[in-house]
Amino acid sequence: MGILDVKNVSKRFGGLKALSDVNLSVKENTVHAIIGPNGAGKSTLLNCLVGKLIPDTGSVMFDGQSVLGRAPYEINQMGISRVFQTPEIFGDLTVFENMMIPIFAKRDGSFRMHAYETVASEAEMVEQAEKMLIDMNMIDKRHMHAASMSRGDKRRLEIGMCLSQQPRLLLLDEPTAGMARADTNNTIDLLRQIKAERDITIAIIEHDMHVVFSLADRITVLAQGTPLVEDEPQNIRGNPKVREAYLGESA
Amino acid sequence: MFGLDKKDTTLLIVVALMVLLAPFILNPFPEGSAMAQFNAGYPDLMQRFVIFGIFAIGFNILFGLTGYLSFGHAAFLGVGSYSAVWMFKLLSMNIIPAIVLSILVSGIFAAVIGFVSLRRSGIYFSILTLAFAQMSYNLAYSVLTPITNGETGLQLSLNDPRILGSSATADGSIPVTSLFGLEMRAAEQIQIGPWAFQFSVGFYTCAIIMLIAFYLSIRIFRSPFGLMLRAVKSNQQRMNYTGLNTRPYTLTAFIISGMYAGLAGGLLACMDPLAGAERMQWTASGEVVLMTILGGAGTLIGPVLGAGFIKYFENIFSKINESTLDGWFSFLPDGLQHAVVWVADHFVGSGWHLTLGILFMLVVIFLPGGLVEGGQRIYAWISGSKRKAKAAETKTEPAE
Ligand SMILES: Nc1ncnc2c1ncn2[C@@H]1O[C@H](COP(=O)(O)OP(=O)(O)OP(=O)(O)O)[C@@H](O)[C@H]1O
Ligand SMILES: [Mg+2]
Repeated sequence: MGILDVKNVSKRFGGLKALSDVNLSVKENTVHAIIGPNGAGKSTLLNCLVGKLIPDTGSVMFDGQSVLGRAPYEINQMGISRVFQTPEIFGDLTVFENMMIPIFAKRDGSFRMHAYETVASEAEMVEQAEKMLIDMNMIDKRHMHAASMSRGDKRRLEIGMCLSQQPRLLLLDEPTAGMARADTNNTIDLLRQIKAERDITIAIIEHDMHVVFSLADRITVLAQGTPLVEDEPQNIRGNPKVREAYLGESA
Repeated sequence: MFGLDKKDTTLLIVVALMVLLAPFILNPFPEGSAMAQFNAGYPDLMQRFVIFGIFAIGFNILFGLTGYLSFGHAAFLGVGSYSAVWMFKLLSMNIIPAIVLSILVSGIFAAVIGFVSLRRSGIYFSILTLAFAQMSYNLAYSVLTPITNGETGLQLSLNDPRILGSSATADGSIPVTSLFGLEMRAAEQIQIGPWAFQFSVGFYTCAIIMLIAFYLSIRIFRSPFGLMLRAVKSNQQRMNYTGLNTRPYTLTAFIISGMYAGLAGGLLACMDPLAGAERMQWTASGEVVLMTILGGAGTLIGPVLGAGFIKYFENIFSKINESTLDGWFSFLPDGLQHAVVWVADHFVGSGWHLTLGILFMLVVIFLPGGLVEGGQRIYAWISGSKRKAKAAETKTEPAE
């Protein structure tokens, strides 16, 4: 039993079977990579975990509790944070304000009419946000409008926002896509460092094999909506089935 | 000061001075001069400035922060007025209970209308609020005549059963609204040279309430709650996946802005104790949208400026008539004078809407951030070319 258990999940879009009978178990405090060719159903699977989609069949258990039928904000409050394939940040707000929101959400829950204090006077929260920005190497951009940043920076901000919530399970959908090499390495280092410092489970979808093999403890290969193999990284590299379905194609 | 940072404190003090000195500021032209008709420093009009300022400040908490565009806020204005007049009829001519009831009843109304309308967003939300407001208008106009007195409007009469107070004064007239005996209509005129400045209890009561309302809105803008409202406008998806439930946030903002509207409606009735259904009409709902956008949606001071701007036009431009124009252009040769007056006449008097419409279009096209952006540009222009270049680049700060 892992912290996340996906059992027999299927999802259809009209005639297209995006997921068929997916079984996946992610062990606590590991990094589990999900790889596979475009259109394999990787993002669809994540959508089923965070309440964006409801699977047609099957069950999704997080820490022994079903997430199905819960609203996205409830699932997040259970301890699952997600980074999207296309960055989802608060474009109209500054980088600093972006970072404050998940920190408030973590402390105050899904709703609080908190109008007595000013944002600036919440010293402890401000400190947390600044620390995260320093860790992300973004503190010099704190006053920037988030929308005006590069795609790579938006992505890093989103990762920082999710990490600042100290989730138990972090879902990353192609977190380094669109990042410069230096930022990619930076992100790998950050994730490793977070991993070493605290208890966190990470499920990561990634096309960049450098990232996958740098981080993953375990890899699931998804093709046409079904898991092909699940194994340790060194075994995946040499697996002929995987080469055929995925690595061969992209190489 | 008051839990605000330096910039906001300065803004609050400047606004307070402008409002409290309004009887001077708005009366720059000596009495009897040709320009005297552009003076706006009389109590009746100044009261409108601040009351509609409150209306727009509240509207901005919803529209400026969350981006939800309500087309039905006049319903709350009307509800506030009816509540206040009923309080005068039944309880007392003191304005305090009337104002409290206005805020409460409009808050309850807003909770109901908001609960239903906020199930949708974008244009569907706007249409729902519009539908609710038109329903309220029609109910007030005909169905609920026992409560609203239909077409005639709700007024005080000589046989109101006022519990705390008398139905009529000793000389047989209807009592007037007051604040613990201080009559709202009481006014003092001070003559300084050719200038006549008027100070009324009513205006200063409204002004102080408006300053409190303004202060509260700054606090909301700067609070974590205000930050969440801005997040709603920016990206609801990100909010949901960050563990925040957007619905209670938008509903709270809707109720708060409804209560501001109710307060404004209540104050209108405190200054002049009558309430009619036309106060709830869709044109009135549209007006507050114009005020907010014209002044600068999402800015602190914008809605107040917008409200003042529109009310000034409504009251001053609409009073200019053909003979005034004749006087202005009398220096022109006869034929030309007629032609110019004929053209200009369409933009003044009852044609003031035309002028306002053109100005509104110009502002929206050239100053998308409203009058506040205009002010910022002028400021930048004055304070040197370095800053000028910057101001042109950076867009209007969302929470100035
Ligand atoms: N909301 C939707 N409606 C209809 N079809 C969808 C929807 N979402 C995904 N699909 C389809 O389901 C299939 C799987 O899509 P998905 O986004 O999960 O792939 P992916 O593995 O994440 O691919 P990529 O690597 O390109 O991100 C694709 O064929 C896609 O077109
Ligand atoms: Mg995908």
